[in-house]
Amino acid sequence: MSDKTVSDMSFEEAMAALETVVAELDSGDVPLDKSIALYERGAALKAHCEARLKAAEEKVAQITTNEAGEATGATPVDGL
Amino acid sequence: MSNLIDDDGDGPAPGANAHEFTVTEISGAIKRVIEGEFGHVRIKGEVGRVSRPRSGHIYLDLKDDRSVISGVIWKGVSARLATQPEEGMEVIATGKVTTFGGQSKYQIVIEDIRPAGVGALMAMLEKRKKALEAEGLFDAARKKPLPFLPEVIGVVTSPSGAVIRDILHRLRDRFPRNVLIWPVAVQGQSAAGQVAAAIDGFNRLTPGGKIPRPDVLIVARGGGSLEDLWAFNEEIVARAVAASDIPLISAVGHETDTTLIDFVSDHRAPTPTAAAERAVPVRLDLLAWVDGQGARLSRAAAEATGRRRQRLADLARALPRPETLLSSARQRLDLAEDRLPQALRNAAARKRLRLVETSSVLSPRALQVRLVTERQRLTDLQARAGSALTSQMRDHRRAFSNLGARLRPALLRQPLSHKFRAFDAAAARLINLAQGQTTARRSRLEAIERLRTSIGYEATLARGYAVVRGDGDVVMTAKDAGKADTLEIQFRDGRLSVGSGVSPAPKIKKPSKKPPPGQGSLF
Repeated sequence: MSDKTVSDMSFEEAMAALETVVAELDSGDVPLDKSIALYERGAALKAHCEARLKAAEEKVAQITTNEAGEATGATPVDGL
Repeated sequence: MSNLIDDDGDGPAPGANAHEFTVTEISGAIKRVIEGEFGHVRIKGEVGRVSRPRSGHIYLDLKDDRSVISGVIWKGVSARLATQPEEGMEVIATGKVTTFGGQSKYQIVIEDIRPAGVGALMAMLEKRKKALEAEGLFDAARKKPLPFLPEVIGVVTSPSGAVIRDILHRLRDRFPRNVLIWPVAVQGQSAAGQVAAAIDGFNRLTPGGKIPRPDVLIVARGGGSLEDLWAFNEEIVARAVAASDIPLISAVGHETDTTLIDFVSDHRAPTPTAAAERAVPVRLDLLAWVDGQGARLSRAAAEATGRRRQRLADLARALPRPETLLSSARQRLDLAEDRLPQALRNAAARKRLRLVETSSVLSPRALQVRLVTERQRLTDLQARAGSALTSQMRDHRRAFSNLGARLRPALLRQPLSHKFRAFDAAAARLINLAQGQTTARRSRLEAIERLRTSIGYEATLARGYAVVRGDGDVVMTAKDAGKADTLEIQFRDGRLSVGSGVSPAPKIKKPSKKPPPGQGSLF
């Protein structure tokens, strides 16, 4: 089990961790005490993943550049 | 007319009525004619020597198999060119022919130059591709993995048109994300420079800055002719892609179009839509997956406790009552008790059987066989010993004869003869000494003997005296003679026994027996 705090994980990391937890718990080899801790961690990972997925929001912006061609800002684009 | 005739008559060369030009005049006239005649021409040829001085102008030769024409591309024009001329390239140059009076030369001032047809373009592209490949820009090891779920996606494309719409649409379907569009021309002479600058610009953004730095880039353009897509074959674009730290997906043209950028990018998508698909996973799939994992998690946890509960129940059921434990043991004891005598008998029988089996093996015949083998071994050993002895003897004999051969009697004989001689001498000396001593002793002995006989009693006997012995001892007195049992008289010529001194005979004998006093004093 990784020591990384769930909230610091990227979606991909949380996904991999959740998969590991589920596989471990599924195998049935885990002592009862540990299985409870695993379940709690799995639940936290699942909530984290869900939050990341549900927070998905589209934002489209167009880069504006100066004379030298460097990015100076971004203006929101609608209707594309 | 007459004036004219006069004038003619005054001419420097009689009969030559042609106009007389100065050099500059004729140069100017030629220039006018040529520029008038060839003010706008297209010339097809191969680019020969190209020189690019610091002024920024380009001087080059156009040639075919027989002729050469010089050309010049002014600085302003060269910056605008879609294709830079390279030596060996088949081109069509558009421009006007002009003269250069100062050197009596003519040349074409090129306003546009482009590869002559698709074949020439492809040839150039191939050459460029080889060069970049040789640099290692296409190596698989350089390709960066694409992020699983990018937060920000940078898109380099034209802001108007179907391509950006397709990309945004597909992204929206799959996983709405933060999209930054860097607008560029995707066609024409400035396209390559703008695309390269946009890729570079995205890389320059700092993470966490005012404008978020993309996690992945998509460089996209819709389908078109080879010339339309040409900007993505330019080296400047390929190098910008290779230099990008942000993973980059290229999606230029249709599936069948392959441009240089596709070789350098981290992932090549066949279409802009495919690029969007490659950039993000499907959100709904992921949600379903997370739900599935959640369900598995709950089920596994429930099963973990359920299984244990079941096991506990099973174990509790399987736990026997104490009396059952005891009764079975008692039963076993009874059974064993029952079986004990029989078991003993059986065991004894088994042992007996084994004894019989064992003793059957232990037969004289077995010994005999053993004896025969051992005897055989002994014989073998003897045979080997004999031969070993013989061979050893042979060896020793050989060693002995070797030693014997070395033994020389002469060595012994020589010292022996010396010793013999010494011995002879010693013996001779010994004999001499011994003889001398013997003679001396003999004469001494004779002298002593003479003395002895002269003083001995035997000589007295010879003069008529006799010796009387009684019972073996010399008798000096008559008293002693009377006591003796037997008397013996020694004369000169022998001894004579007479009877006892107490018998009558001794009366007779007595005087005779009496030795002369003188005789006795002799002793």
